[in-house]
Amino acid sequence: MANTPTKAPAVPSPPLSKWAAPVVLGWLIPGGGHFLLKKNGRGALLLVSVLITFLLGLMMRGAMFQPQTGDILTTIIYCGGFLGDLASGLLYLLATWLGYSQPDMAGHVHDYGTKFLVAAGLMNVLAMVDAYEIAIGKKD
Amino acid sequence: MPKMNLSHFEAAILFALFSSVVLGVITKRTDTERIRYGVRCFLYFLAALIGLGWLMHFGHG
Repeated sequence: MANTPTKAPAVPSPPLSKWAAPVVLGWLIPGGGHFLLKKNGRGALLLVSVLITFLLGLMMRGAMFQPQTGDILTTIIYCGGFLGDLASGLLYLLATWLGYSQPDMAGHVHDYGTKFLVAAGLMNVLAMVDAYEIAIGKKD
Repeated sequence: MPKMNLSHFEAAILFALFSSVVLGVITKRTDTERIRYGVRCFLYFLAALIGLGWLMHFGHG
């Protein structure tokens, strides 16, 4: 008799109301989700780290990515970079609205700045995932 | 907004520092483990930075 693969029981996903607020607040304000969940020390460390990385990027005159499509590499770099920038939340929105978005210039310091801006967003993504895990009770 | 001109080394050290803080904060469960992991990440970043720097130095001849 052939063995039929048994399906693992589906785990119900946690309710949206439990994690939506910390994740959205964490996106808008780095560490904001942690503050909402009363993890103030960790929230402060995340806020300081993401904020300083973002400010260093701005001070090095880094450029914000704009989504562009074309060949696969262009699409990945520009759309991925745009998403990375956008993940900084209010920092990105304010910097763009207040005119701190720099044009893409040649030069190694500008290039470091561009990478710092994306890195700040990626750090914030990690912070949002952590806030999600705390909110659903997977983590303390 | 003041302008900063960092060298590659300075930029990499700052990146390593803040990335290590974030990785330490989000990864582990107790404060001692977080500090230990953050410091370990920072040291790994430094080792990779200095190691790759020397590798490129010798690679270029």
